[in-house]
Amino acid sequence: MPPVIIAEELKKTYGTTSAVDGIHFTVHKGEIFGFLGPNGAGKTTTMKLLTCVSPRTSGTLQVLGMDPDTEPAAIKARLGIVPQETNLDPDFTCHANLVTYAGYFDIPRDQAAKKADELLEFVQLQDKRDVAIDKLSGGMKRRLILARALVNSPDLLILDEPTIGLDPQARHLIWERLKLLQAQGNTVVLTTHYLDEAARLCDRLVIMDNGRILVLGSPADLVKEHVGDEIVEVEHSIEIVTCLEKTGIRFEIFGDTVQIVTTSARDVARTLFEHCQPKKMITRPATLEDVFLKLAGRTLKE
Amino acid sequence: MTLMTLFAIPRVSYRAWKVWYRNLFVFIRTWKVNFFPPFIEAFLYLSAIGLGIGTYVGSIDGIPYVNFIAPAILAISVMNSAFFECTYGSYVRMYYQKSFDAMIATPLSIEDVIAGELLWGATRSVMYVAIMLPVLAAFGVISLPASLLAIPLAFIGGLMFAAIGMCFTGITPGLETLNYPAYLFITPMTLFSGTFFPLALLPAVFGYIAVLFFPLTHLVAAMRMCTIPDFSPAILVHLSWMVAVTGVLCIVSINLMKRRLIV
Repeated sequence: MPPVIIAEELKKTYGTTSAVDGIHFTVHKGEIFGFLGPNGAGKTTTMKLLTCVSPRTSGTLQVLGMDPDTEPAAIKARLGIVPQETNLDPDFTCHANLVTYAGYFDIPRDQAAKKADELLEFVQLQDKRDVAIDKLSGGMKRRLILARALVNSPDLLILDEPTIGLDPQARHLIWERLKLLQAQGNTVVLTTHYLDEAARLCDRLVIMDNGRILVLGSPADLVKEHVGDEIVEVEHSIEIVTCLEKTGIRFEIFGDTVQIVTTSARDVARTLFEHCQPKKMITRPATLEDVFLKLAGRTLKE
Repeated sequence: MTLMTLFAIPRVSYRAWKVWYRNLFVFIRTWKVNFFPPFIEAFLYLSAIGLGIGTYVGSIDGIPYVNFIAPAILAISVMNSAFFECTYGSYVRMYYQKSFDAMIATPLSIEDVIAGELLWGATRSVMYVAIMLPVLAAFGVISLPASLLAIPLAFIGGLMFAAIGMCFTGITPGLETLNYPAYLFITPMTLFSGTFFPLALLPAVFGYIAVLFFPLTHLVAAMRMCTIPDFSPAILVHLSWMVAVTGVLCIVSINLMKRRLIV
């Protein structure tokens, strides 16, 4: 089966700044593929290139076997797009929003009306069918946008920060729906800076920074490869640091905590208890967040 | 932006009508709000300027004053409805409602979206005129059936002012700066385009400026020939002027909006 997206040496420059600086990736049918990265990493720009909204500066890009430069309408007819900004039509009710949007895809009106009702149920908004957009909460709006992205039964769903600013219930509902869509054979591409979201949803993901891809892989592989299995954290004090130096355990200091990456947290914990008398100690599995902070750095990006 | 890209013929598809239809749908849903302004406006103009001032003026070139200004009322409405629809209206849909972003995530292209907005602006003008005509006819200040030609004329004039408005929308930094063309271009044009008095009353230079730079001049002149009615071959000059300017500005406005929205 040919890949759903192929990007090679993909570049997008604005004046002298490169928003996307020569990235390579391939997305296969049926997978959830994530783009992770700090603000300004180039995630949204990449989404704009994929969704045929921005023309690329150079490189090759194929979406569903077609080139966005030459066949944007044919590609967009088969995409479902969830933008970062809420851009529902404020002049319409929930149902009319979906029906009007379906019209842009040449879907006949009666068919669109039926599909709209199904989708409202899918995102649990059937009670809000005839309610105006400005009466919806933020979570409801995001759910309606997800429903809107599905009106044309897309082959590829592209979501830019789908759960930004949502409460836990609304996030879980969106996650669950995305998993369901994947189970039905859909391909999903999403950006996020919630690491738990990426770890939970994505089959494979890339971490981007400064317009480049730093790493690509499955969440579990990335954690294993770039951080390790487990992490022990103890408080940062002179006694602990001198003690650790004596035992020869490798450690890193981040603010008020000392971190030790290990394959066996138990052994490290025992050694620490026996020799260093820590006041506070936590052992935990390594997460994508550790990979992210290691690769993208701990300093704040603006 | 080079001149080549500014005047390049945009690729517009049948999907432009979907944008037009979306606007029509909103318009119909709020028809009460949309129906009364043209109705009231016709009454206000006729009674204040026509019957009020008209009592002192009497007639112009043998035409009762109120009959003289009736076509101007139509032309000004054509201008205002299309121009304001495609400036403030389009800007709000583009910038605040993000409607254009939502539309171009579908098979619609930005060219389709802007073409649809222009067609809609022209349609607003046609509707405005269609609602005003019966009022003017009831007052007996226009003659039928020649005045029915005001409807197709409203479409040409409407498309022209829609394109002019969209050019400003394409370059305006914000919503407030749209006040500049509204006050510095539309208002003088309303007064000095042979609307409420013949241009011949002013020094010749005003006439030249009006004919060259005020599109409304041509619309008022053509409109007046239809409603009096008093056709002369000059109508062909006015029509050609409007068609040419409309064609060029539709292209330019789409390209300006494309430059603004596609980066």
